[in-house]
Amino acid sequence: MNAPTPGKKLEVVGKPRRRVDGRAKVTGALRFADDLSLPRMLHCKLLRSPHPHAIVEQVNVERAAAHPGVYLVLTNKDFPVPFGIMPVAVDEYPLTAHVRHVGDPVAAVIAVDEQTADDALRLIEVRYRPLKTISDPIEALDNPEPRIHEYGERGNIHRNQSYEFGDVDEALAKSDHVFEDVFFYQGNTHLPMEQQATLANLEGDGKLLVSSSTQNPHYLHRQLARVLQIPEARIRVIASPNGGGFGGKCDPANHEMVVAKAALVLGRPVKIGLTREEVFYQHRGRHPVLMKMRTGVTKDGKLTAMHLQTLLDGGGYGSHGPASTFYTGVLTPVTYELPRFKFEACRTFTNKPACGPKRGHGTPQPRFGQEVQLDKIAEKLKMDPAELRLGMVTKANSLTANWLNVGSTALDQCIREVVSRSKWKDRYRKQQYGRGLGLACSTYMCGAGLPIYWNKLPHSGVQLLLDRSGQVTVYCGATEIGQGSDDVLATIVAEVLGIDTGLVRCVTGDTGITPVDLGSYSSRVTIMMGNAAVQAAERVRAQLADAVAEKLEVLPGSLVFSRGKVFHPGNADGISFREAVEMAESKFGTIGAVGSYSPPKPPGRYKGSGVGPSPAYSFSACVVEVGVDPKTGWIEVPKIWIAHDIGRTLNPVLARGQVIGGVYMGLSEALMEEQAFRRLPEKLSSALVHKMPSMLEYKSLTALDMPEVDVALIEDPDPNCPFGAKEVGQGPLLPVMPALVNAIFDAVGVRIDEIPVTPDKVLRALELKSKGLAPRVGPDHFPSVPYPEPVYVITPEEGGDGKETKKEARKRAAAAVV
Amino acid sequence: MLRLPWFDYRAPRTVAEAAKILAGEGPQAMLIAGGTDLLPNMKRRHQTPKVLVSLKAVDGLKKVNGTLGAGLTLAELLKIEGIPTALRQAAAQVATPHLRNAGTLGGNLCLDTRCTYYNQNYEWRQAIDFCLKKDGDTCWVATASKRCVAVSSTDTAPALIVLNAEIKLESTGGDRWIPVEALYKNDGIDYLSRKPDEILTEVKIPGGWKSAYWKLRRRGSFDFPILGVAVALKFSGKAIEDARVALGAAASRPFLVEKAGNYLKGKELTDEVIAEASALIANRAKPMDNTDMDLYWRKEVADDFAAYALKELRGDDMRETRLRIARHAV
Repeated sequence: MNAPTPGKKLEVVGKPRRRVDGRAKVTGALRFADDLSLPRMLHCKLLRSPHPHAIVEQVNVERAAAHPGVYLVLTNKDFPVPFGIMPVAVDEYPLTAHVRHVGDPVAAVIAVDEQTADDALRLIEVRYRPLKTISDPIEALDNPEPRIHEYGERGNIHRNQSYEFGDVDEALAKSDHVFEDVFFYQGNTHLPMEQQATLANLEGDGKLLVSSSTQNPHYLHRQLARVLQIPEARIRVIASPNGGGFGGKCDPANHEMVVAKAALVLGRPVKIGLTREEVFYQHRGRHPVLMKMRTGVTKDGKLTAMHLQTLLDGGGYGSHGPASTFYTGVLTPVTYELPRFKFEACRTFTNKPACGPKRGHGTPQPRFGQEVQLDKIAEKLKMDPAELRLGMVTKANSLTANWLNVGSTALDQCIREVVSRSKWKDRYRKQQYGRGLGLACSTYMCGAGLPIYWNKLPHSGVQLLLDRSGQVTVYCGATEIGQGSDDVLATIVAEVLGIDTGLVRCVTGDTGITPVDLGSYSSRVTIMMGNAAVQAAERVRAQLADAVAEKLEVLPGSLVFSRGKVFHPGNADGISFREAVEMAESKFGTIGAVGSYSPPKPPGRYKGSGVGPSPAYSFSACVVEVGVDPKTGWIEVPKIWIAHDIGRTLNPVLARGQVIGGVYMGLSEALMEEQAFRRLPEKLSSALVHKMPSMLEYKSLTALDMPEVDVALIEDPDPNCPFGAKEVGQGPLLPVMPALVNAIFDAVGVRIDEIPVTPDKVLRALELKSKGLAPRVGPDHFPSVPYPEPVYVITPEEGGDGKETKKEARKRAAAAVV
Repeated sequence: MLRLPWFDYRAPRTVAEAAKILAGEGPQAMLIAGGTDLLPNMKRRHQTPKVLVSLKAVDGLKKVNGTLGAGLTLAELLKIEGIPTALRQAAAQVATPHLRNAGTLGGNLCLDTRCTYYNQNYEWRQAIDFCLKKDGDTCWVATASKRCVAVSSTDTAPALIVLNAEIKLESTGGDRWIPVEALYKNDGIDYLSRKPDEILTEVKIPGGWKSAYWKLRRRGSFDFPILGVAVALKFSGKAIEDARVALGAAASRPFLVEKAGNYLKGKELTDEVIAEASALIANRAKPMDNTDMDLYWRKEVADDFAAYALKELRGDDMRETRLRIARHAV
């Protein structure tokens, strides 16, 4: 952890402040990608497939190309090179010849205005050869043909993997109880307010400039160079301020490639703005996951082992899928002591828009299952669910069975906080029928330990430029998606230099002028950009201190940078920050410094150990209160309490906003959101369409449906993080869904083992209960999935070295013990 | 963004002038008031009128004396003192505050019927080869059905029906007053008895009714009804002298549940009477699977919603239930 100047109290960090980009946002001055307009700008529309699965046999563009006002029509032939966010899943063409879902783009029109482009789309004649469709993972397993992709494990299985950390069957056999549950987590989408937009143009120097609503300008930059086959140095990507991302703008997207190509071909600016329906097709949201958990427990409430199986509905493309597949398991052991862990996961291709990363990326699904199962365990063992959890939280700096370093944790404090604030002890199991409280916990990474493409370079770079005016300009590739990363950057620089954030100008998310930062995903920005910023700012501070120390004839290390001044503790008058910069500039020349950050090397050394490690983990605990009408199943949520182990709060206003935003999104997923699809009667139609690709009919909570949220920020500074600050953008979403389901059980005694939890499911479970049947609604079984032989790794506790132990060696070892 | 198709725009100043334009242009012309229903539909190519005849500048459509002008926005309607409770409760729960600032009473009464297979973009509908209501041959809700089963989704109509309200339709051929319930036909495509050249200009509401409207929908705002229960009662002491019950969002038209009305006449609102009437009301709710939420559940809770309305009219304190269902004070 960065130590501020000795003896100096934090002056910027931890103080509630208006965010640095707040004024522009509320006055409407901020220019989102779709607000951009250039002289001679043309407009692009994409022709999207009405078929869910088809080969494009012929595209006739002549009529469209001849339409007045049309400048260019592009098809698959114009894009010979595929792209994909992950090197192991480069499976998308900007315009496809093999349609994988309704809405997959097959051609593009660039015209004088949007209306003309739209009219011309209807003049393009496409001959499709429809193929049999795959609508869900079970169908994907049952139908290896036709293959949605030519790559992958086999048939329509994209990824298939198995890991075992210690002998799980043995541990389960020795357990006092083994709980077996099957859960389903429905897919849902990001629903950012801003629909994606991109403007591409050639700058005066002939270089391509792509301004886009993207979370990851660096990855987009690389993929553009790949698809367009021009050097990266001739491309500049600016991440426009994003009106929300939540993971939906992480993947490089078809429309970005298309307008970039069109701008190169035409030499004119070309813009595209997606419609809301198109955003549902671009998607990359939460995977629908079916999961099975077999968990061993001792009679006094300690976990012995867990066998977790997941089956993911990946949709039509790879996207971040290989990582998502890992994330449906790897973080499961981080919250509670779990001596042994077996994790099998399978991702299938289906003829639906691709799933990918959404806030929590792959981890909300198993967390939901685990936390609901723990509630069942507590009930069976007649233990208080809070006490059960408190009895087994992981210890700080311990290693999990799958070799993740837990780092700092205040999960126990989080639990105690929400228990106390919600008056849990007085109210849990003690309220009238129909009122309930539910508790759940979670954890999330503070940045992925490895980059998306393999390299040994820093994950984040920050550059500072100061001059005699006293202004400080900070450059970083990190991307503001509404989460407040610019404010974090300004806060950290201002704190180190002892100035107000008003003096700091942030220049971010521009591959043409900012140092590389990998992007706004995996909750990595505060930690990685923040550490790089601390390093750069400390280097600059050292230069300033040298110059000032010379002038004041004191030791540089004794100088304090505070409240816009630099002074020696013996003489509080000091000199102004501006004068200090001037002194330094005259002594050293132009003042600037760089900082960079790479995460620590993870302890696990088996193949696949790269997904899950992080410099630190955040922890959350949540209590949800519900009212359930036993007659109608109607659900109301009057209040939610959440405590988040944030390490340290940089700006409480922003942090609380992130927590409440996460709770909002989580509750919305828990109660109503569904990226659901509809297949028409097969005798009459081969249609497989998104059920409701509109903001009206895709249901998410309105302001009126949102309860009061009581937020507690638990501060336990983490040594790996800037000023100890951990993530807050994703973690607080995770405990909400299981806490809601657990609260429903407390209220009316029924288990809903799937989300969303809707009144009809509650009513159905209540009817089962009244008939004396198991009061549960959820998936009835887990299918037989051909998982591979597990990669076997001995746990740290049992003396492993972090590497895979081959089966033969394992047998020999077992024989030797016998 | 989604773009509107091309159209001509006419802005008459009087009802007579508007009627003349409508008569001249024929069915290719459509009226536009707030546009909150029509314009999104035009973007999705449900309606592609060649001419839009705007009622915005037409005099007299915002009158509040004796009758209500059809051009009053729902927000304006809510500011009028003394409007019947059911109408107020219905208007207050239409869409969102922004949409109530634009959408009009007349527009809500003439709202296009809705269906999850219909209220979609042109491209989406192309992917299902369209549907009976627009551009296709099959009703995907009930593939054997020869009739479109799109749902009437107006909130104000059931309220006005139970209030025994009438509307005025004006055209170059003259004016006529009809009961609100007579405006509707149980056909998802041809759902209004209004002729294409008629303009809905006024709503007349007789007094004397004690009324209530309960709306079922998933969220506290924005959503169309998936069930609307309107009840109006006239009391003589504790006994019910006259009763009218109507359902919305349960068919292609809002309709009177006469059986329930007749049953209630002469009775007092005891728990037993409420239960029996609620069952009679719910019995008429035969929703289709073409709107939000689970079909069977919607059917199952219909009697609960009917009971809420009756209990409210009995004088029970239903504020907490209202708050739970509507998520705000109505």
